[in-house]
Amino acid sequence: MAGTFMSAQVRRIATLAAHFRVPSVAATGERRLQAFATMANTSVFENVQQAPEDPILGVTVAYNKDPSPSKLNLGVGAYRTEEGKPLVLDVVKRAEQQLVAEKSRNKEYQAITGNQQFNKLSARLILGPDSPAIAKNCVATVQALSGTGALRIGAEFLAAHYAKPQIFLPMPTWGNHNKIFPLGGVSQKPYRYYDPKTRGLDYEGMLEDLKAAPDGAVILLHACAHNPTGVDPTEEQWEGIRKVIRSKNQLPFFDCAYQGFASGSLDKDAYAVRSFVADGGECLISQSFAKNMGLYGERVGALNIVCRSAPVASRVDSQLKLVIRPMYSSPPVHGAAIAAAILEDGNLFKNWTVELKGMADRIISMRHQLYDALQERGTPGDWDHVLKQIGMFTFTGLNKSQVEFMTREYHIYMTSDGRISMAGLSSRTVPHLADAMHAAVVGAKSKV
Amino acid sequence: MYRIDDLIPFLVNELFDFRCSLCSFLCAFVQGNALKAMSTTTNVSRFEQVTMAPADPILGVSEAFKRDESEKKLNLGVGAYRTEDLQPMVLEVVKKAERKMLESGENKEYLPIEGLAAFNKATAELLLGADNAAIKENRVATIQGLSGTGSLRLGAAFIQRYFPGTTVYISNPTWGNHMNIFNDAGVPWKHYRYFDPKTVGLDFEGMMADIENAPDGSIMLLHGCAHNPTGVDPTPEQWEKIADLIEKKNHMAFFDVAYQGFASGSLDQDASSVRRFVERGMEVLVAQSYSKNLGLYAERIGAINAVVSSADAAARVRSQLKRIARPMYSNPPCHGARIVANVVGDAKMFDEWRAEMQEMAGRIKTVRQRLFDELSSKDKSGKDWSFVLKQIGMFSFTGLNKAQSDNMTNKWHIYMTKDGRISLAGLNLAKCEYLADAIIDSYYNVQ
Repeated sequence: MAGTFMSAQVRRIATLAAHFRVPSVAATGERRLQAFATMANTSVFENVQQAPEDPILGVTVAYNKDPSPSKLNLGVGAYRTEEGKPLVLDVVKRAEQQLVAEKSRNKEYQAITGNQQFNKLSARLILGPDSPAIAKNCVATVQALSGTGALRIGAEFLAAHYAKPQIFLPMPTWGNHNKIFPLGGVSQKPYRYYDPKTRGLDYEGMLEDLKAAPDGAVILLHACAHNPTGVDPTEEQWEGIRKVIRSKNQLPFFDCAYQGFASGSLDKDAYAVRSFVADGGECLISQSFAKNMGLYGERVGALNIVCRSAPVASRVDSQLKLVIRPMYSSPPVHGAAIAAAILEDGNLFKNWTVELKGMADRIISMRHQLYDALQERGTPGDWDHVLKQIGMFTFTGLNKSQVEFMTREYHIYMTSDGRISMAGLSSRTVPHLADAMHAAVVGAKSKV
Repeated sequence: MYRIDDLIPFLVNELFDFRCSLCSFLCAFVQGNALKAMSTTTNVSRFEQVTMAPADPILGVSEAFKRDESEKKLNLGVGAYRTEDLQPMVLEVVKKAERKMLESGENKEYLPIEGLAAFNKATAELLLGADNAAIKENRVATIQGLSGTGSLRLGAAFIQRYFPGTTVYISNPTWGNHMNIFNDAGVPWKHYRYFDPKTVGLDFEGMMADIENAPDGSIMLLHGCAHNPTGVDPTPEQWEKIADLIEKKNHMAFFDVAYQGFASGSLDQDASSVRRFVERGMEVLVAQSYSKNLGLYAERIGAINAVVSSADAAARVRSQLKRIARPMYSNPPCHGARIVANVVGDAKMFDEWRAEMQEMAGRIKTVRQRLFDELSSKDKSGKDWSFVLKQIGMFSFTGLNKAQSDNMTNKWHIYMTKDGRISLAGLNLAKCEYLADAIIDSYYNVQ
């Protein structure tokens, strides 16, 4: 819809106008008749179907149901220690103790846009302390419910205020992207990204698709540690991508869920985002602290909209409030307070970077162990990608039936696209996984 | 430059119909021009046309209050409980629960999409009673939501998907954000008469007539107790008649329960309207909030419940509610849910909670009495101010209009919403006289 010139008022009128569309009488009529039979023996929810489990979060559900002692959960991207246990970072524990002990703290409603100190520090973390965009007050930042919440708010904002609410998503991408944007009111199209032949980036295909996409289209970019493939553009490639996007006046929407987790360095992982912002152009950036601060269930994140000018950023901020208020009024206080404390305190921040690097390093070591184990077994195929891919996941290249085989015979839980979370592995469990992968690959080869 | 605003009457109804080729042409024309302009003048923001949104009518009040430097200022805007010293309050039992949680060293793993199981169990039992048949028969689908707002939004999104075209009827007046929630969820709504300014009470005949006239199978949004903003609740007899009529018309009730325990001081009494409907075997949706009754405002903890006629339907509804939550925020925050589960799950803490809740409700009743006394003694005209005593819950609907409410703020530094609502939770005995003076001045000297 032509949203650029639509004032908030017109947006509301337009929303109401959608209600005037009369749905097909036959369908409604029939459903109504069915629904409103006597209360005694029918439900108005009769036509509600059982929804399938979420493809990613449902893996954990299935894993929990499995009684096997050798089961392994490599589904959701949640970090595990070498002992296979969830980890609460030391800095998080310290920050939380401080918070709970502080007498002056209360649980009053936060502002609609959340913890302002957290917002400032979060923007600074991704954009850099010397960011001119921040210095010029060109960044509108709102606290959001982790990455998902930030993406959803961004989508709804674009649906209401952007002329071209169509987003291009890399193929493949995190499954939930495909639901967030349409439900938020932004239609979606794919652009080529992963090349299964090279198990690397289809750089030419990507640039072609970006050039073919309309001027002004929104382009979703994984800031680092692409999920699920682990394949990131090089710095040169990012430069090429940036040039095309800017030449087409397209709007980048960065999903930054792994800052610090990809390379172990917060600044290095922010390279792509910062290079785009440095050219003075606009972009959206969703941030998540689920992984890098281990704050998963606290739902800590932020949406940043980098605008050309401070007045625009201020107006954008006011409109973001109108998206948030009818969704959940204001965001939860606890997690953001922990994150802000860590970002603010020099000591906690330093210790955080150490713990973060520790997690990233353990994942890299798991990559090496898995690679070596596969080599030891002489598993057919080229497994270099296990080492080369970046971040929490390995896009194994295993297909759906191989994955099903691994779950059935070896109790290995992973998403059906062949993605495994390295964070869920340990030295103890790598052999079991290697055995399963070997059997799956060899088994497949023998099925001609 | 071509402006859409000029075409509102024509385009508004067509904008969402992408099959309208004329519209598509016009849209493309506009966008083409706009983007051409943008690409030649690259210093122009693509968000240049975004206008400054007005401040939220309720939350914006607190912001304005903060900016006021007068010593006399009083914040009666948002419904957040204050002690007699006008300080925010964290319940003792909540502090206890948090310390306990810290000691037990809980992890911060993702909750399931539907939220913390212990919380969902506790919240359904609190609402319906632990021995409720619907719960025992697994006919209640409960999803942890982001307080009342988030839970209402899940319910609204569910309605949009599964009851498309069905109108939700909302009381006039109601909490301002209700309309925003249904608008953004794409659900049509209409008002039913509710408040009678002449009697400063319930317009029962009007309400019943509007429920009767709504098409069969509509959805009725009802405040479970302590109606916001009016404080006017139906009597038990009136609730019975409302239930009769809703049943007769095959409407579905959607309860907003934000004040359970806060209205009367009793959790069970405040849930009686919902329980009445459920006992009759009616299918209902219920949104709950723990913002006020457990003082967990900023933790954003609540739930959406669907009480349905079979366990199978409940399982299916639950699965679809999850499907709505996943693309909104994936899974809900763990902290507030754990606090509630801890408090409700421990008999001693539960009792302590009940006592603290009674204290809060009690303080508000005391403040109502004092305000009434002050108004009655100062106002010599004989106006009946007893509605202040009769209204229930955190708020009083003063009957002041916008101009009078503005006078309250501009002259007296008293912050309230423009619909004349004051939050008694933000009032103490010491300020009752000042408030009474302000109300009388605004009521009589401002039109």
